[in-house]
Amino acid sequence: MSHPPERPDDETGLPGLRTWPAVYWAVVVFFAVCVVLLALLSGVHA
Amino acid sequence: MLGALFGVAAWGVWRTRDRRGLRGYLHGDGTARWFVIGLSVIATQASATTFLSIPGQGYQDGLGFVQNYFGGPLAMIVVAAVFLPLFRRLKVLTAYEYLGQRFDAKTRLLGAGIFLIQRGLGAALTIYAPAIVLSSVFGWPLGLTIVGAGLVCVGYTVVGGSDAVRLTQQWQLGIIFVAMVVAFFLLLARLPAGLGPGGAFALAGGFHKLDAVSFSTDVHARYTFWSGTIGGFFLALAYFGTDQSQVQRYIGGASLRESRLGLMFHGMAKIPMQFGILLLGVLLFVFYQFQPPPLLFARPSRELVAAHTEPEKLHAVEAAYAAAAGEQTRQLQGWLAARSAGDLPGAQVALVAAQTAHARADAARRDAAQLLKEAHPPAQASEADYVFITFILDQLPHGLIGLLVAAFFAAALNSKAAELNALASTTTVDFYGHLFGHDLGEAHQVAASKWFTAFWGGVAILAALGANLVENIVQAANIIGSLFYGAVLGLFLLAFFTKRVGGTAAFWAALTAQALVLLLYHYLDIAYLWFNLIGPALCVGLALLFQALFNLMGNHRRAVPVSS
Repeated sequence: MSHPPERPDDETGLPGLRTWPAVYWAVVVFFAVCVVLLALLSGVHA
Repeated sequence: MLGALFGVAAWGVWRTRDRRGLRGYLHGDGTARWFVIGLSVIATQASATTFLSIPGQGYQDGLGFVQNYFGGPLAMIVVAAVFLPLFRRLKVLTAYEYLGQRFDAKTRLLGAGIFLIQRGLGAALTIYAPAIVLSSVFGWPLGLTIVGAGLVCVGYTVVGGSDAVRLTQQWQLGIIFVAMVVAFFLLLARLPAGLGPGGAFALAGGFHKLDAVSFSTDVHARYTFWSGTIGGFFLALAYFGTDQSQVQRYIGGASLRESRLGLMFHGMAKIPMQFGILLLGVLLFVFYQFQPPPLLFARPSRELVAAHTEPEKLHAVEAAYAAAAGEQTRQLQGWLAARSAGDLPGAQVALVAAQTAHARADAARRDAAQLLKEAHPPAQASEADYVFITFILDQLPHGLIGLLVAAFFAAALNSKAAELNALASTTTVDFYGHLFGHDLGEAHQVAASKWFTAFWGGVAILAALGANLVENIVQAANIIGSLFYGAVLGLFLLAFFTKRVGGTAAFWAALTAQALVLLLYHYLDIAYLWFNLIGPALCVGLALLFQALFNLMGNHRRAVPVSS
């Protein structure tokens, strides 16, 4: 599967979340997993 | 270890001795890869306060402080997706240069000025905080510790610039991580026989030290999921997106991709890293339940109380503490025995009795803190900051003490160097070059930048020599940031996401928002993280209002010509 080429630094227009959605989603999912694990830790030893 | 530390600084100077040109001096040579950028971003934030104060925070309040970092990963996404590409596209040297391009000169100077004030305060803190702890514990003269550490740091930052900071940070951070991991495993090894990690967690949970996440909606509660995720998001967005000490770390990456990867690396590493450091503090708490700590952790505080308090008064507090701490240890040994025997009801009874004794011991410690206040009112340094260093000195072998002291100095140096580098860049580019030097040559500006690094180093050393902390170190740093970042972040949000707001409306809105935040902090009793939301919200809202008023006045003037 080919990925679209990365947009150059000097491209006009407001940059957004288009370029690397998978990476950003990975960070969001990782964050959610951290919160869930920490909440479970709080609950187990409460 | 101290030799290795100074060796790293000298290596940084030598490796970067041939840096030429203002952009190279301020941003590096543009070859930094994502791993180096990510480590540099972590090291810039992870000052000595992180490694001295956060274990103490974990000891005192448990894991709840980790929520402070919840907004970080989400903010890093916005910085990587919006802030970073714009800064790189416009080839700005400082973040505030962008404000000048989007708005006007006065708005740029306001943003840069607020940064200089708050980062100047922060720079004094990053050198004062570890120095006061280390000097008081080892008996070194405080002034000499501050000046010595400050001069080493100023030296290699002046000579090497941004690349020296980035290069030395990798190795300094390596020393720090090795030291923290060693301390963690040594602490585990020193827990009572038969307790084990499972027992340590059960005991910490029994004292509510593992309450990492709270979904409370109480705005007065300092750390909750909501304040950490929302307030923490805006704090991290402002810190990583608008604070030159961070912008400078990632803007000079080899490519947009490398800089973005560096930011994402940081976004994923931060929460686990802070959790690990807080967990070290929680384990310290468990350790000290079986081996009661001194009445006051800070040795200078103990000496002050002993010198200025009536002996009977002090003995009464000491006796109450010794009785409560002894009872607590006995009950916990009973808890451990009952737990090992599988007697869960017996273990529960012993735990409740230990909690009661712990509350009495805490009351005695509060009485001791009151005696300290009466003995010497300015002596207010937080006890939590001394917990980890006390454990190191009392419990670890000499070689490891050396390793950890070197780690603290490494952290103090790397964070300080990044701050000095950023303060000098902003002063050179946004003030000196902008106001006086349109036709100055690049060599002149590099020289000016070196002089400003030395100047800010001198200011930080002098401010640190006259400082006196009232808050726990790490919280003091976060409070300063929360009060000053909001208005500047508001300016950047206006610049990125609005088209109609002009420079004058943005300038007055930011100024008013900054004044209101300081006023509200004085009168409003809410957790400080919320000011990271209030600041930009006020700035953006007021700018839209001011711009609407200016438009209305402009229309009115055009409709009714003024006769003269």
